[in-house]
Amino acid sequence: MLDVGLGHYLTVSAILFVLGVFGIFLNRKNIIVILMSVELILLSVNLNLVAFSARLGDLTGQIFAMFILTVAAAEAAIGLAVVVIYFRNTGSIEVEDVSTLKG
Amino acid sequence: MNWTLALPETLLSVAGLVLLLAGVIPKRDMTFPITMGTLGALLVAAVLVLGSADGQAFHGQFVSDAFARFAKILILLGAATGLLLALDWNEKQGIARFEFPILVLFSTIGMMAMVSASDLITLYMGLELLSLSLYVIAAFDRDNARSAEAGLKYFVLGALASGLYLYGASLTYGFAGSTNFSAIATAVSGEGGVSLGVVVGMTFVVAALAFKISAVPFHMWTPDVYEGAPTPVTAFFASAPKVAAVALLVRVLADPFADLAAQWQGVIWLASLGSMLLGSFAAIRQPNIKRLMAYSSIGHVGYALMGLAVATDTGLRGVMLYMAIYIVMNAGVFAVLVAMRRQGRSLERIEDLAGLGRTDPAMALAMAVFMFSMAGIPPLAGFFSKLYVFLAAVQEGYWVLATVGVLTSVVGAFYYLRIIKIMYFDAAEAALDPRSSAVSFVLAGAGLFNVLFFLFPAPIVAAATAAVAALAG
Repeated sequence: MLDVGLGHYLTVSAILFVLGVFGIFLNRKNIIVILMSVELILLSVNLNLVAFSARLGDLTGQIFAMFILTVAAAEAAIGLAVVVIYFRNTGSIEVEDVSTLKG
Repeated sequence: MNWTLALPETLLSVAGLVLLLAGVIPKRDMTFPITMGTLGALLVAAVLVLGSADGQAFHGQFVSDAFARFAKILILLGAATGLLLALDWNEKQGIARFEFPILVLFSTIGMMAMVSASDLITLYMGLELLSLSLYVIAAFDRDNARSAEAGLKYFVLGALASGLYLYGASLTYGFAGSTNFSAIATAVSGEGGVSLGVVVGMTFVVAALAFKISAVPFHMWTPDVYEGAPTPVTAFFASAPKVAAVALLVRVLADPFADLAAQWQGVIWLASLGSMLLGSFAAIRQPNIKRLMAYSSIGHVGYALMGLAVATDTGLRGVMLYMAIYIVMNAGVFAVLVAMRRQGRSLERIEDLAGLGRTDPAMALAMAVFMFSMAGIPPLAGFFSKLYVFLAAVQEGYWVLATVGVLTSVVGAFYYLRIIKIMYFDAAEAALDPRSSAVSFVLAGAGLFNVLFFLFPAPIVAAATAAVAALAG
């Protein structure tokens, strides 16, 4: 029987974090995937915080995680609103179309 | 528990909620009264900040000291100029909505919480309050595709930066055992060396803050967002949030991570060098003046970071002085940009300034002062801002940074002086539309500050010295 320790949580969380970051940079499809990647990053952080909190026997990490959950909801709402505005102007949410501003 | 230390923030929060109500209830357009109400609230908050005592509140989550006060005054100044410049511009652009001043107000509260944070959680809440408001105002001209794209880009990269910060904060919490700055400082200075986890966490936190101040290599969003966002919004972006993020970076590195200086100095050194080089060379061929100002702001952050890389008290004082002078120069330049409007259409190309020396001599003179100041020509204020950081770098033997700094300011002088040449020596185009009184007010204030700074540098230098002393003590 495998004992699940802090190291395992940190590994899973690191994998999720890297997936999220790569989802933002390598994604060529559409902007909704980027929003999902952002959520993935925030959730990996929450996993980290809760695992550390349990290990340290200290509640701060869990409180921090609650704050992050709340802010993540606000952030998703604003992100979707910006995407809607963008879509109304251009009729597309393809990542490759987001390139009017450059130079 | 001494909540009165957070009185300015509390006042602004209450004012924000009251103004929000006042904006929706009446049937008529409330933009002007709400902007004035916001300006009044900022003014009262500034008075409260000046009168606030030193100390910690909310179980060490919030600190009020000379450093926070110095940064807060600059933030309030930046926010107020942003609002003044936006008043007339938004009206002419047809985007005068009462939400604008309120969003600026909320972002100001976020910035003030940031610079007063003495805990990773407070820092995060401040940073997010700032960022969420800024995402919205970047896309404030919502029927304009460029503004929407600026908002989108800023949102994606800002969210990534928040993610990096949080990941770093979680590692710091796990390996240092606390989110409180003084507890982290104790853990870091302990015997037996620092755990690698804290160093990795700190690196993530520094990277996230470098995003916010747009230091190389995390600058890529800056030119796009500055170009796409409405001009007064760009004016605001380049002033208050930048000062707040630089102040925050200084506090984080000089307080909890002070004993890791050997680890972060190299990172900041590299960011400073890269920002100075990119800021001067990339701006040379820009036809769009907002984009040029974006690269210029990257360059200025590079100079300011030079003081942080040195990491002595003189260096940190240089950083704070640099930001104080930068915010005023910047307000002046953007006042001119906001006034660039011909037959009701807002203009953004540098060539549109041609002949300004004849059509509007007063504004051309002010712009020339700001450009000489940004280029660092004595005796204008911009010269002294550079002098103080170069002084620190030379004293501590950072010859590479100092040399590159001087050389890049020469390159920078090329494009600043080119604007002066276009204003005075190129064939005149039709006159610009008459400027609003708010623009003239900002122009005059910023111009006088830049010209007369060399006569009375003492109070500002003394305030910056006290701010840095509070940080170390």
